[in-house]
Amino acid sequence: MADILLKVTDLEVKASDATIVDKVSFDLEKGRVLGLIGESGAGKSTIGLASLGHNRAGLQITGGRAELNGRDILQLSPRDTRDLRGVSVTYVAQSAAAAFNPAHRLIDQVIEATLWHKLMSRAKAIQRAKELFGLLGLPNPENFGDRYPHQASGGQLQRAMTAMALCPHPELIVFDEPTTALDVTTQIEVLAAIKHAIARTGTSALYISHDLAVVAQIADEILVLRNGRMVERGSVDDIFNSPQEDYTRRLVSMRQTEKQAGAETHDNLLSIVGIEAGYTPGVSVLQDVSLDLGRGETLAVVGESGSGKSTLARVVTGLLPASAGHLRFEGKGLPSELAARTPETLRNIQIINQIPDLALNPRQTVEAILSRPLAFYFGLKGSELKRRVAGLLDQIELPRTLNDRYPAELSGGQKQRICIARALAADPKLIICDEPTSALDPLVAEGILDLLMRLQKDIGTSYLFITHDLAIVRAIADTVAVMLDGKVVRYGRKAEVLAPPFDPYTGKLIASVPEMRPGWLDEVIARRTLPLING
Amino acid sequence: MRNLPPLTPMALIGLAGVAAFIVLAAFAPWLAPHPVSEVVGGVWDVPSADALLGTDNIGRDLFSRLVWGARVTFTIAALATAIAFLIGVSLGFYAAVRRGWVDQVLSRLNDLMMAIPTLIFALVVLAVLPKNMVVLVLVMATLEATRVFRVSRAIAADLVGLDYVEVARLRGESWRWIMVREILPNALSPLLAELGLRFAFAILFLSTLSFLGLGVQPPIADWGSLVKENKDGLLFGVFAALIPGAAIAVLVICVNLVVDWMLQKTTSLKGARRNG
Repeated sequence: MADILLKVTDLEVKASDATIVDKVSFDLEKGRVLGLIGESGAGKSTIGLASLGHNRAGLQITGGRAELNGRDILQLSPRDTRDLRGVSVTYVAQSAAAAFNPAHRLIDQVIEATLWHKLMSRAKAIQRAKELFGLLGLPNPENFGDRYPHQASGGQLQRAMTAMALCPHPELIVFDEPTTALDVTTQIEVLAAIKHAIARTGTSALYISHDLAVVAQIADEILVLRNGRMVERGSVDDIFNSPQEDYTRRLVSMRQTEKQAGAETHDNLLSIVGIEAGYTPGVSVLQDVSLDLGRGETLAVVGESGSGKSTLARVVTGLLPASAGHLRFEGKGLPSELAARTPETLRNIQIINQIPDLALNPRQTVEAILSRPLAFYFGLKGSELKRRVAGLLDQIELPRTLNDRYPAELSGGQKQRICIARALAADPKLIICDEPTSALDPLVAEGILDLLMRLQKDIGTSYLFITHDLAIVRAIADTVAVMLDGKVVRYGRKAEVLAPPFDPYTGKLIASVPEMRPGWLDEVIARRTLPLING
Repeated sequence: MRNLPPLTPMALIGLAGVAAFIVLAAFAPWLAPHPVSEVVGGVWDVPSADALLGTDNIGRDLFSRLVWGARVTFTIAALATAIAFLIGVSLGFYAAVRRGWVDQVLSRLNDLMMAIPTLIFALVVLAVLPKNMVVLVLVMATLEATRVFRVSRAIAADLVGLDYVEVARLRGESWRWIMVREILPNALSPLLAELGLRFAFAILFLSTLSFLGLGVQPPIADWGSLVKENKDGLLFGVFAALIPGAAIAVLVICVNLVVDWMLQKTTSLKGARRNG
């Protein structure tokens, strides 16, 4: 092997009671990109930070070496570590919006570390930053740096942060989930910009992500991690074409399921007619939204952040009364105000939230959480109640021994299953799913989706499914509505909505979803008539 | 309470001080060498075996009066704090849960109450109404309740926006259920810390009122009245007034140490551990 830039050997990181990273070894050649992939708790960020000679509070690097150009950066003095960071190794964080100081102009922050380390004069640094802005496809590279953080979008900030990382001519950049917080259409722009910039500057990179499809576009090699251990390592083609481990195989084969849509039903459970709604009087977030949901079917509402899809869910639940239009449920009018709805209606519409941590009362046990709707709606007591709670746990495929646990003692997937069981306990006709899988790891999310689909088949529940992820839409929807800026831009049966000819926005949205194969991004860039890097 | 932080030396000092105070208050009849109003010697005698801390302005045993005073101080401060929390927490939660005009009316009324200086309010009310324990406790409770209202409304307003409370609202639960079952258990830790603080303030406020002659009336005495009775001695170089004064200071500091210790962990509303 020729020029090895970073060589990590038997790295071991421990918290007080657990091993976070367990004997991980890899090396990275100059000019190459290594993707670190794994679910939460896999230790990928911890490894990324160790490459900067840093460990988070509460963690300790207890063994192993991390050599950069043959020098062990874990043994450096604080002064030498400081001379390493921001010079040889730089970092791009997940949320650039939180990483920039809102009180200073972007240009000053982009060149700050470079000036501090006296790597170049101020004029030269500014010149370099402007070149990088252009390279990363930011608008008006000459003047972009004069903006304050609030004057740039999330995707622009992420690119500005990449410029900050590239500014001092580093040898290695650590990207820690740089596109995870972005919308898909923004993600593809940032991804293309990062790929272009690191290829052009010949910088090596560690690219950390939980999304294999994203990593596949940008990395030369992939290291799969799970629970702090290495699962598999190989070139991107090897990982995709001949994965050795079962876990890798499952990751690669994800997102392949597709629900077969049945015949169109005219038995509408829920009708949304001309709804307008907003949070401040006079400002409508939703504009003239009309949708129908058939009995026993799934209506997927897709859109990016700010499209009004969650607001629509709040209108249907009654938490946010509509200012115009009306709702019909089971052929009868559905009052817009929560207080005006009958207990029977409330029982029939249940909700599953995005973040199960916030949706479960931390001071109630699983049994208390599941018992309440049963007691409240059906007046169940004693052994009958216990039997029903046990039945619900069976239905969501969790062991009955979880009865006495508090939410903090459950995993993310288990918590979301409890939320599903709580909704099921009411025996509802409609369940509103507000991004129920977007806070979960991919494989866990798949399990949740499978469960929801099985329940629909078994008991015929209808879902109003809010999501930003088109892969999920394929897996679950019968009918699809695409939302943009509070309006429905495309609506119909799934087969029609997801097939050409597309309206411009839906086309862009579909083209932006990373596909689970290497080379997808290159194809998209090549296919575009306009240059991708246009700002 | 699960999840209390580990004990620190300061917390131990505080806990010891508070425990000693409660023991004094509970066992006053057995711990005090003399009945509370018995004259055992001359005016402002120096400490002796019979009167451990000397005698007061009319020759009563200061140590005995201090022990009995602990009981009076504790009873009144604890009662006032308890009633203040009952009123403040229920109204604060109610305002946060109902929101809208209910919240506006309650909050503005509360602002009105808080705009009146507490001491002046207490002076006026206690000067007009009969000077007995019930009135004293109620006046203190009312004034404390305004502060408790603010804190509990703020805590509850944060919790009301959380998904599990919304789920309960969507289920059709009454506001009583939401207040008692969904919000209260999750507000307990910060409220407990607030309880400690308000108790310390109640002790100080009671001492102030008694010092001004509006609090506990003779012949019984709390620590504030002991300072008042003996303050003239200071002119003659007698330090009898400083002893109950120091006792008040030590007690309030101890309560604060305990609260500081509890507060270390109570700000997190979520469970302690996360796995997955």
